[in-house]
Amino acid sequence: MKYLDEFRDPVVAKKILSEIHAVTTQPWVIMEICGGQTHSIIRNGIDQVLPKEIELVHGPGCPVCVTPLEIIDRAIEIAGRPDVIFTSFGDMLRVPGSHKDLFMVRSEGGDVRTVFSPLESLKIARENPGKEVVFFAVGFETTAPGNAMAVAQAAKEGLTNFSELVSHVLVPPAMEALLSSPLNRVQGYLAAGHVCTVMGWDEYDPIAKKYKVPIVITGFEPMDVLDGILHTVKQLEAGTYKVENRYTRIVEQGGNQPAQALIKDVFEIANRKWRGIGEIPVSGFKIREKYAAFDAELKFSVGDIHTEEPEACISGVILQGLKKPHDCPAFGKECTPQNPLGATMVSSEGACAAYYKYQRILSD
Amino acid sequence: MDFPEALSCPVPILSHDTVQLAHGAGGKLSNEMIDKIFLPRFTNSTLEKMEDQAVLENPGGRIAFSTDTFVVDPIFFPGGDIGDLAINGTVNDIAMSGAIPKYLSVGFILEEGLPFETLHRIVLSMEKAAKLAGVQIVAGDTKVVNRGSCDKLFINTSGFGFVPDDVNISASNLEIGDKIILSGTLADHGMAVMTTREGLSFQSTVESDTAGLNHLVQDMLSVSTNIHALRDPTRGGLATTLNEFAASSTVGIQLYGDSIPVKENVRGACEILGIDPLYVANEGKLVAIVPPEVADAMLNAMQKNELGKSATIIGEVTDKHPGIVTMKTALGANRIVDMPVGEQLPRIC
Repeated sequence: MKYLDEFRDPVVAKKILSEIHAVTTQPWVIMEICGGQTHSIIRNGIDQVLPKEIELVHGPGCPVCVTPLEIIDRAIEIAGRPDVIFTSFGDMLRVPGSHKDLFMVRSEGGDVRTVFSPLESLKIARENPGKEVVFFAVGFETTAPGNAMAVAQAAKEGLTNFSELVSHVLVPPAMEALLSSPLNRVQGYLAAGHVCTVMGWDEYDPIAKKYKVPIVITGFEPMDVLDGILHTVKQLEAGTYKVENRYTRIVEQGGNQPAQALIKDVFEIANRKWRGIGEIPVSGFKIREKYAAFDAELKFSVGDIHTEEPEACISGVILQGLKKPHDCPAFGKECTPQNPLGATMVSSEGACAAYYKYQRILSD
Repeated sequence: MDFPEALSCPVPILSHDTVQLAHGAGGKLSNEMIDKIFLPRFTNSTLEKMEDQAVLENPGGRIAFSTDTFVVDPIFFPGGDIGDLAINGTVNDIAMSGAIPKYLSVGFILEEGLPFETLHRIVLSMEKAAKLAGVQIVAGDTKVVNRGSCDKLFINTSGFGFVPDDVNISASNLEIGDKIILSGTLADHGMAVMTTREGLSFQSTVESDTAGLNHLVQDMLSVSTNIHALRDPTRGGLATTLNEFAASSTVGIQLYGDSIPVKENVRGACEILGIDPLYVANEGKLVAIVPPEVADAMLNAMQKNELGKSATIIGEVTDKHPGIVTMKTALGANRIVDMPVGEQLPRIC
């Protein structure tokens, strides 16, 4: 398949791998930001074939994982209302809230629908004028343009029965939060290719300089990931700390400008809570006041929601790269993808779920 | 010149255009529906007696019996519909024991208001699938439920066939060193249904692989009756079937990662939706576990049958990691191919 097979070619991949082995002289800790990269690393066994000096730690870039439990509970509360059609990307439906998930809401009679785009939710809103249609707007910078587009479009059409429950987070503040922690071990980043497709990479330059870490924009296929690692290691070995774009077939320095304009029109920067990490200042989006009519949090008054994460869960420490899933006593025992205790087990792109799915045998 | 089936066989004229509750009440309207829609298509001497049961000859020996219920949405999809799926599904379940399927029963649950044109189209494809498989529909039942109590129509099929004396196929028969043969490409059916349901279109249409596999199984048994296990990987896909085999026989299964065939357009649909073809339903494929000494001959025989022309050896049974299925990745690493937790969900990004 064009644009995929070239980046999965085992011969080329092995060549890059041997180059990584050749340039590595000492231990390095590298974090891949995006859950899609984590998934690719574990699925292809990249971590198994790297030089033993290179430790990959798995970053917080899984939108499903870092969506706070309170927001999930809020979604469940709204979705259960008789006048609501609740729409969401598929993988949010199975994430357990404090007491149930969105699938259970559906089985109890709630109208919960999977969509592939927020624009599909708009269509549902047009077709169901007597119902309130809510879209669960979750994700990083990657999904923000589409979610912004739906709000802008609804405003333009004068749709009054569409709103978004927003839980949008941003990558650069999380990278900074991790680097500024006294416990930080991360020495280099594989930046999330698709986030940079939208946002470009100008905002990474100050981070690379301030914390002296190489940041390499990396794709998701096995060769992309290996190539990102190679260039990160080369910088680490040479003592340089630049932002380097290795996902050139998609990412441009300025990013996607019309998408950015759309985001800016609809969203403003806000403090956001990250599941497993806690609140990070200016680390997300909320809907601007001029589009307040489309903000489900304002439209549906949901009482105070108090949540507690299970004590046994160490997902916060895993998201910061301080521990591996195997280090958790609950991993694969009380905590499995069927019964996740916390952030990193809830989605297939979470580090714990990826380890469980593909590498459980190694922990036996 | 070939006419589409529906054109060459017009919808019979009934007193109503759509199914009414009265069509399920056992009176004149019920009889009209049976006489005009079902009997002409499913005709055979047993069914025509219109008794409350089918009385059939028993040739002796073991029988394989199976049942399945079909509730697929949408009822029509590229490559098939709920009708041929209902016939092929039960035919295949029977055939996976090595049995020759002979007789089926069919139960319909119809939603009030279903157009007879739709029902007729489905019955025609059931007739065609039954003929291809060489099975007779010898018993049937129809119920009509209020609008909203079911989605258009649900179909149950049950059936049985006769197992040849020297055939003993079971998920618990796997032996170390056995080869794993897959009869063709993965994920066609599941992706055809998913892309139709979600209204996604691709450059070329993804078509279901629904087909009766009983003749392919007989071709295989004519090479050797020494087949250890056989299953059609439907819901949950190949990964689920192989995990079930590994657990039942307490052996490990090692797949050769790059050998599993998936059609180009199906792969594209899977990539876009973030779905792994190993976990997607198939309705016209089988996976066979055979001793290494018969593997090549078996593969040859399969490839001569249209339904097995892309058959390939995809892995082997090992004494390592009993109960677990693993796959060699292109980089030479090993990963687990786990049981799925639930249905696969398209990812956010």
